[in-house]
Amino acid sequence: MIQFVFSRLFQSMAVIVIMSYAIYGLMGLMPGDPIDLMITSDPNMTTEGAARLRTLYGLDRPITERYLHWLEGAVTGDFGYSRLFSRPVFEVIWPALGNTAILLGSSFVIALGIALPLGILAAIKPYSKLDYSINLFVFAGISVPPFWLALLLITLFSVIFGILPAGGTADAAGASGLWERAKYLVLPIASLTLASIGGHARYMRASMIETLRHEFIRTARAKGLSQTQVITRHALRNALIPVTTVIALDFGYLFSGALVTETIFAYPGMGKLIFDAIMGNDYNLALVSLLFATLLTLLGNFMADVAYTWLDPRLGFAKGDA
Amino acid sequence: MTTRKDHPTSLVWHRFSQHRLAIASGFLLIWMGLLAGGAPLWKSLLVLDGQTVDLFMRFQPASSLHPLGTDELGRDFLARLLDGGRVSLLVGITAALFASLIGTVVGLISGYFGGRLDALMMRFTDGIISLPLLPLLIVLAAIDLSKLGVPVALINAENASLFRISIIVALAGWTTVARLVRAETLALRERDYVRASRAQGATSWRIMRVHILPNLAASIIVATTLSTGNIILLESVLSFLGLGIQPPIASWGNLLTNAQELIWEAPQLAFYPGALIFLTVIAFNFLGDGLRDALDPKTIHSQG
Repeated sequence: MIQFVFSRLFQSMAVIVIMSYAIYGLMGLMPGDPIDLMITSDPNMTTEGAARLRTLYGLDRPITERYLHWLEGAVTGDFGYSRLFSRPVFEVIWPALGNTAILLGSSFVIALGIALPLGILAAIKPYSKLDYSINLFVFAGISVPPFWLALLLITLFSVIFGILPAGGTADAAGASGLWERAKYLVLPIASLTLASIGGHARYMRASMIETLRHEFIRTARAKGLSQTQVITRHALRNALIPVTTVIALDFGYLFSGALVTETIFAYPGMGKLIFDAIMGNDYNLALVSLLFATLLTLLGNFMADVAYTWLDPRLGFAKGDA
Repeated sequence: MTTRKDHPTSLVWHRFSQHRLAIASGFLLIWMGLLAGGAPLWKSLLVLDGQTVDLFMRFQPASSLHPLGTDELGRDFLARLLDGGRVSLLVGITAALFASLIGTVVGLISGYFGGRLDALMMRFTDGIISLPLLPLLIVLAAIDLSKLGVPVALINAENASLFRISIIVALAGWTTVARLVRAETLALRERDYVRASRAQGATSWRIMRVHILPNLAASIIVATTLSTGNIILLESVLSFLGLGIQPPIASWGNLLTNAQELIWEAPQLAFYPGALIFLTVIAFNFLGDGLRDALDPKTIHSQG
């Protein structure tokens, strides 16, 4: 187990280092550079002054050298300053990370809570009316543009009924109290949840149908177990194994969904932060928040791998491990 | 289950026709293609003009002059939708074909040669799949191409954003096809006829081209159809965020960019473009599903 965890951690570290170099390189290709931005904000800046600043900040150095310099700082916890917020990058990212964790965590749990039972229901009687309806819903879920779904929800609940806010946070609106705070979360969570139910339910159905074909299910039926017992005791755990891997690969996708949702609802999470940083030429912030997003997805994948081995003891790292 | 021993083609057609939603989707897509592809014709027939700005005619309701009303600049909305559809479908299908080409090449090489190369390429593919793609695509869409040495004239060309978005979206969309093609190639390369061919001294290139690729056709068609839907979705998201197809060229995605600010004044403007994206994507998904059922002999069929 420990060996497995360490090798996975090592791999993730490698991915992060490669990604940081790639993203650093991409940031260098963004329009303008920090000095250009200083020139536009300071009309007295001369060409010589700009050149001197470029040397001072090391912008005339080759990209690898600049990257190593950045990495040196990053390792010691110095991620630089955010230009948009005029604060250390880390201070900006920390609260956004928490907000995104709330958004992604709740919609992930709710989506699974709805999708898995739906997939199982559809699998119990394949090609029935119920399966057919669930299938329609699933296809709608995977085909709906997430931003349009969000716009529809806003139109319905904010414009027509006027019962939920169209975006923002309770803090920004000066509201307090649990319900007032929760109100701002309902629509973002709902739109993110609805967009991911389809995919999950589809995997669950396919995997459950596959599992129910096995001999041990026939044996369980033959010894007189009820349908519910067969499903929950014998089939579910086996059927969940492939589902966890696919869902794990969806973490990146989920994060992409969060970017769209947060941007539309002006929700101050990582997705909106990344979008604003890229749009506002805030290179430091964009770089670090993108890396954090990558880290988050890798962490998700890692946890799914652990869940995978827990579900399927045959894979057990037990052999020869501590 | 029918037990007709017809020609394979009619067998496939028979199975496909069992999937009613796929048939309906096929027709819907043909309709969409005709409407969007013939946009200039329909516009001239209906005397619609999606270009002229008329600020006195903003947010007009539907009328005989403007069948779907006008947008925030007084442009005819139906004309904008037709033009947008042409661009969205064109970009979506181009990008999907391009993505499927990349995926086929990667999957074929990976599956055929196997070993270390295969392990490396599949690690890379899995890595791409697990990344938070949208933020990275946004960076790609935002970079300054002149810093890469692309001529300025090319960057500022009117249709540049179309090519750019097609390439960017394709870079994200090839993984599905690659994994599928690889899995099939792994099985195909062990077949007797492939071994026989190798024994006769055929080169790897010839074996891949003559013996393996044709057998992959069905899977590639299915995977491409299924990923077209996703790619159209991705394009619309990027255009919606203002990073894909740039105005004044209309696309279903960028027609929604302003819709959010206008949602209190003109909620109908937010409805149609999204509904069209939704219908197109769901139709591609159903079509792909139907094709898979029809082309894959392993699929177990039960009617009812």
